[in-house]
Amino acid sequence: MEKILSNVRIIDPSQKMDEIGNIIIDDKGKIKSIGKNTKASDASKTAEKIDLEGNIAIPGIVDMKAFVGEPGFEYKENFRTLSQAALAGGVTSIVTMPNTKPVIDNVSMVDFIIRRGRDKAKVNLYPCAAITRQLEGQQMSEFGLLKERGIIGFSDVNKTIQNTELMSRIMNYASDLDTLIMQHAEDYELSKNSCINEGEVATRLGLQGVSDIAERIIIERDLSLLSEFPCRYHINQISSKNSLKVIEKNKSNGIKFSTGVSINNLSLNENDIGEFRTFLKLSPPLRTEEDRLSLIDGVKKDLIDVIVSDHTPEDEESKRLPFAQAATGSIGVETLLPLSLELYHNKSLTLEKIIKCLTINPSKILKINKGTLKKGSEADICIFDLEKPWVVKAEDLKSKSKNTAIENRKLQGKVKMTFLNGELVYSN
Amino acid sequence: MATVKKVSAIKNNPKHLLGIQNLSIIEAKNILNEAKSFIDLNRSSSKKLDILRGKTQINLFFEPSTRTQSSFDLAGKRLGADVMSMNMANSALKKGETLIDTAMTLNAMHPDIIVIRHQDSGAPNLLSQKVNCTVINAGDGRREHPTQALLDALTIINRKGNIEGLKIAICGDILHSRVARSNIYLMNMLGAEVNVIAPKTLMPVAIEKLGVKAFTDMKKGLDGCDIVMMLRLQNERMQGSFLPSKREYYEFFGLTPEKLKLAKKDALLMHPGPMNRGVEIDTKLADDINVSLVKEQVELGVAVRMACLKLYCK
Repeated sequence: MEKILSNVRIIDPSQKMDEIGNIIIDDKGKIKSIGKNTKASDASKTAEKIDLEGNIAIPGIVDMKAFVGEPGFEYKENFRTLSQAALAGGVTSIVTMPNTKPVIDNVSMVDFIIRRGRDKAKVNLYPCAAITRQLEGQQMSEFGLLKERGIIGFSDVNKTIQNTELMSRIMNYASDLDTLIMQHAEDYELSKNSCINEGEVATRLGLQGVSDIAERIIIERDLSLLSEFPCRYHINQISSKNSLKVIEKNKSNGIKFSTGVSINNLSLNENDIGEFRTFLKLSPPLRTEEDRLSLIDGVKKDLIDVIVSDHTPEDEESKRLPFAQAATGSIGVETLLPLSLELYHNKSLTLEKIIKCLTINPSKILKINKGTLKKGSEADICIFDLEKPWVVKAEDLKSKSKNTAIENRKLQGKVKMTFLNGELVYSN
Repeated sequence: MATVKKVSAIKNNPKHLLGIQNLSIIEAKNILNEAKSFIDLNRSSSKKLDILRGKTQINLFFEPSTRTQSSFDLAGKRLGADVMSMNMANSALKKGETLIDTAMTLNAMHPDIIVIRHQDSGAPNLLSQKVNCTVINAGDGRREHPTQALLDALTIINRKGNIEGLKIAICGDILHSRVARSNIYLMNMLGAEVNVIAPKTLMPVAIEKLGVKAFTDMKKGLDGCDIVMMLRLQNERMQGSFLPSKREYYEFFGLTPEKLKLAKKDALLMHPGPMNRGVEIDTKLADDINVSLVKEQVELGVAVRMACLKLYCK
């Protein structure tokens, strides 16, 4: 049956659209017509009418970095809980990380994960495989075979290829296959035993800090290699002002690559860690306010292309430890959009820019046909109320794990409905 | 029956002594005044009081310690508490039990005070959120060692009368030192000027934001100081190479009688122990009773810990 979503402000950066109009979804779940020129009378008479009361419609969000616990860590998250959390946050496409148990680094694991995801998940899943076998940074995985089976890209998640020779070969080999390589930038010698940004907070808390040089040095190295071996290269998450300087310089030299940032690094800084709040132990770490502001500036200047949730569910036991021993990461897929909207409300970024980094930009990097509401595309749509105030309560979040870095934060803007392939899969 | 705590709730966690950073100046002075009254008691032949009679004190030491553990042990016993010392360095934790599980187990035995030393910064804070009794920090990672700073302050007051207006140099492995951090906070709070002296690789980033002047030249750092606190090189916390050699360290950062002359004429020497003779300090200087306060520090340590136990366990 056709659907008509009426009285809605449509923001779709992929077609430079920000206007009040209607959306008609055909009976196959595709966008039939959209925009201010789309009239209610264009829909068939039997069409289901949904009045969106002036709320905003954007393309379903594409989250380029999330961890799903299956297989091996079902007690932290599974496909069902991850998709529930995602849909409640307006996220309809997720790139999942391969650091499961066993690691996704071979064809049979890919088959398993795709089948399992299809049965249990209600979102579009795009699995990543490991760049190196067992995430060990020694031997590259079978890029070609894995890609044929449906792997969207390659990442060692929060691990970095330390061996420069190997990295050069990975890029060289990947370039031929048009494979996306997603690197986490961290020099292990410099970051050894660290759990927090190096600086006054680390000194006061008595924790081993890591300087942003550890991140910058890998980015500098990789971008040097990239000029020799051009391939589809993406830096997962950057955290500092100095990394941005390197990125700016290389982009102006014509080197082609893309860059992501976690919403956490855009919204929080090291002071939020307070007295050892382990839910804010993240990788890369939260850094100074100056770094945070420069990252926002990086998004403004298109030096950063993508905002990710870096959704990392961890059970209570892994977090209820002294800071240095506690697990790293925070959940975030459900709060990705609302927390991003904070950057609009506090006038850091325009709405258009935020939506762009959450929809069409990641889709372009991944080369998938998502993140857009153009006529003919699948109707993955997120409807949200830009103004609605609410308070983040861990127990209300849908993830299986409750380790949110923004517990009790007052946010403005909440998802009202999510459509997947034209079907209403979440409403609040 | 709930009784009103004598230590008033000025900052958060009034029940616990987690660090100097959480103390107000009133609380710090309160502890020091209380400690003074125990100095003479500890020198008398009858040392036993019954202030903590019926109370149970558990010393939970996850790191080996001689002086701090025995000092807390004795302090508790002299106040009449039942003291149990647990050496956790090779205990349940090796069987996979977490700090919290250990704490909950002990908590079920209804202790009134847990004194904890742990290799991880923040471990006492975590513990204090999970147990029903008073938690006293006896040193956590490289963060804080509040009773050491308090006993150092008492030792200085005992000799110099006052801390306000003094110039204090803290010299050595500042990076890994919880003693340095606690002393920086406390001496600053009590009105002293603090210099820290260390080679660049052992100087924490942004240390000057803690309200000190940082020196890499020991001679400049010692100039005009009333007190010279030497710190131990914490080899067990050093991962990788921080220094070329001990010999080179001693040459530039070891305290010798010649270097001590750069401080004030009546400058006094302190060291939290244990000392590495010939590495950070000249061995004769360490034993020179005219200059060294090392033994007095140990003596007054018991008095300070008695004061802390009394005030925090009422």
